[in-house]
Amino acid sequence: MQISLEEQFQQKIDQEIKIEPKDWMPEKYRHTLIRQISQHAHSEVVGMLPEGNWITRAPSLKRKAILLAKVQDEAGHGLYLYSAAETLGISRDEMYEQLHSGRAKYSSIFNYPTLNWADIGAIGWLVDGAAIMNQVPLCRTSFGPYARAMVRVCKEESFHQRQGFECLWVLSKGTEEQKKMCQDAINRWWWPCLMMFGPKDDESPNTMQNMQWKIKRFTNDALRQKFVDMIAEQIKLLGMKLPDPDLKWNEATAHYDYGKINWDEFWQVVQGNGPCNKERLAARKNAWDEGAWVREAATAHAEKNQIKISSMLHPNDINLGS
Amino acid sequence: MKNLICRFFYGDYGEEKNNTTNLPQEESPENQWPLWEVFIRSKQGLDHKHVGSLHAADAAMAMENARDVYTRRNEGVSIWVVESKNIHASNPDDAAALFEPANDKIYRHPSFYELPDELKHM
Amino acid sequence: MKIKAKNDSAFIQYLLHLGDNALIMSHRNSEWCGHGPALEQDIALTNIALDQIGQARNFYQYAAVLINESSNEKQTEDSLAYLRDAWDFKNCLLVELPNGDWGQTILKQFLISAYQYYLYLELQNIQDEQLAAIAAKSVKELNYHLRWSADWVMRLGDGTSESKKRMTDAIDAVWSYTYELFEVAEYENILSVEMQCKIREAWIEKIKTVFGKATLAIPNSQWKQRGGKLGVHTEHLGYILAEMQFLQRAYPGSEW
Repeated sequence: MQISLEEQFQQKIDQEIKIEPKDWMPEKYRHTLIRQISQHAHSEVVGMLPEGNWITRAPSLKRKAILLAKVQDEAGHGLYLYSAAETLGISRDEMYEQLHSGRAKYSSIFNYPTLNWADIGAIGWLVDGAAIMNQVPLCRTSFGPYARAMVRVCKEESFHQRQGFECLWVLSKGTEEQKKMCQDAINRWWWPCLMMFGPKDDESPNTMQNMQWKIKRFTNDALRQKFVDMIAEQIKLLGMKLPDPDLKWNEATAHYDYGKINWDEFWQVVQGNGPCNKERLAARKNAWDEGAWVREAATAHAEKNQIKISSMLHPNDINLGS
Repeated sequence: MKNLICRFFYGDYGEEKNNTTNLPQEESPENQWPLWEVFIRSKQGLDHKHVGSLHAADAAMAMENARDVYTRRNEGVSIWVVESKNIHASNPDDAAALFEPANDKIYRHPSFYELPDELKHM
Repeated sequence: MKIKAKNDSAFIQYLLHLGDNALIMSHRNSEWCGHGPALEQDIALTNIALDQIGQARNFYQYAAVLINESSNEKQTEDSLAYLRDAWDFKNCLLVELPNGDWGQTILKQFLISAYQYYLYLELQNIQDEQLAAIAAKSVKELNYHLRWSADWVMRLGDGTSESKKRMTDAIDAVWSYTYELFEVAEYENILSVEMQCKIREAWIEKIKTVFGKATLAIPNSQWKQRGGKLGVHTEHLGYILAEMQFLQRAYPGSEW
């Protein structure tokens, strides 16, 4: 019996068989994945900027090394994700072009500023915490290269959240000024973090097709609730408060109730009116433009030297021990 | 069950209106560094395993980039890099022809053979 | 080679000098994080910055132990990095110069990596176990820094006409700061004269080889910028410290 390619494709998905780059796939599936993976990659790369702000101001050598390693990891995550998207036939340069021209979006959370040192802790604990909640299920997403990239990302991401909490933990045990920093950062990052999960389920612009294709498996509200429940407990250890007077435990639902999210602010930031949209994009464009001569030179050099590479290629050539 | 409601997916932040994302073009831009596939031996005695890809202008750079990107956490003792264009892959449409014939050759697997329990070390 | 007395203040100053070179270099490289010309290179330079900060910590921690043993002070790696003023810093001027473009950054990295590589090669045989151990660990890292930066010097020198011009300009801008690497301060006499000569010869040989392959020339100019090793710095170091030390200065005595 003959079944259509589309049906075969859906059968594979239903049987949890991963889709690989050369397999047949509906154009819409390819299109959606390119958009989602590249936006995810852009988020990692733009996400380097707010934290990168504090690398040169980190208050101890240990913190400096941790932060540097963490921001570097974000670059790595961006790279893994761009590579996954490239298996679908789009080049990294094209994706950059979409980012720089403003056509491709990235996570709005990175359009908020880092104003004091505790922001570094708050980003690790809250922003990365929210991200992990979304990312862990993506390790089982239907497209093989995306799922594999996410496995790598998630492995590295758990260090990020832990270091974030520990950074705030130390501040919360410190001087009055340090406690103030800690609370200030939590106050500013809490609501944008709740927005990271996206609009409420009944108001979301994108179709359920992605659920059917198992690009994604949990609803925004379900993940958001899980996040609130987790953080509402963890913050007690810090002796800090979440900036929400409506936050309280609900015996009936066995969840925390929380206040109304300002969706107008969310859409404003998505549209480009956040506190740092322009700076973030300008910084990325500038890095790209200033790097053009470097990339060209390396290409030119490679063309001149194609024959001289022999000895470099021995697999054991680089000492990887530390 | 295909009860479809609208949702907003993580990592999917919508697009500018009147401006759909371009579908991929066939060729990549001229001056982009080529793509390389990276294979890492995680410890002595194991096979090299594909870990991901990266861009580099030449083999030396690909090797160094692979070291910097894919072994930050002591993941390896040896690296191979291969320019992606040099990899020839089997076509998924041929999967039936290529791999299914092996399905009924169970005699290739040691468990096919029933041997007396008294026989040791085999 | 005489064995140093542990509380020898020249020896402590030498450790600080080594630590300051690594820390300030790391600081400059870390400024690139998030702004590199390609994602892969962003990651590569950050790896070098991380190695350097690790080296700085090793030198400072050792110096702190020796200082505390010989006085009532309670120095730590952080007090040494964050609570000394510019005149106490003993790094070479070369490492505090602004990054400039990617070419100038690469060039500085190459010049200093070659220096640190040959220096640590010698230091790992020195008769102070702790310093020798730090050097032995660091020399492996430097081996890679040197290889990576040399490859880039060759790419950019022998790349396009624009990249060649930029590298030539970078050499003109920083060359006069290279002499200081080999002007021996008093506290450096832990290195024998033979060792010093060996390091210098190996360094110049390496520079010549790589510049040769990069089709770049060593300038004739003999003008020497100096002072960093003795605490007389460029204007740039003050800004680096203002930024780096801000939190420690604004909130003294806090744990971070």
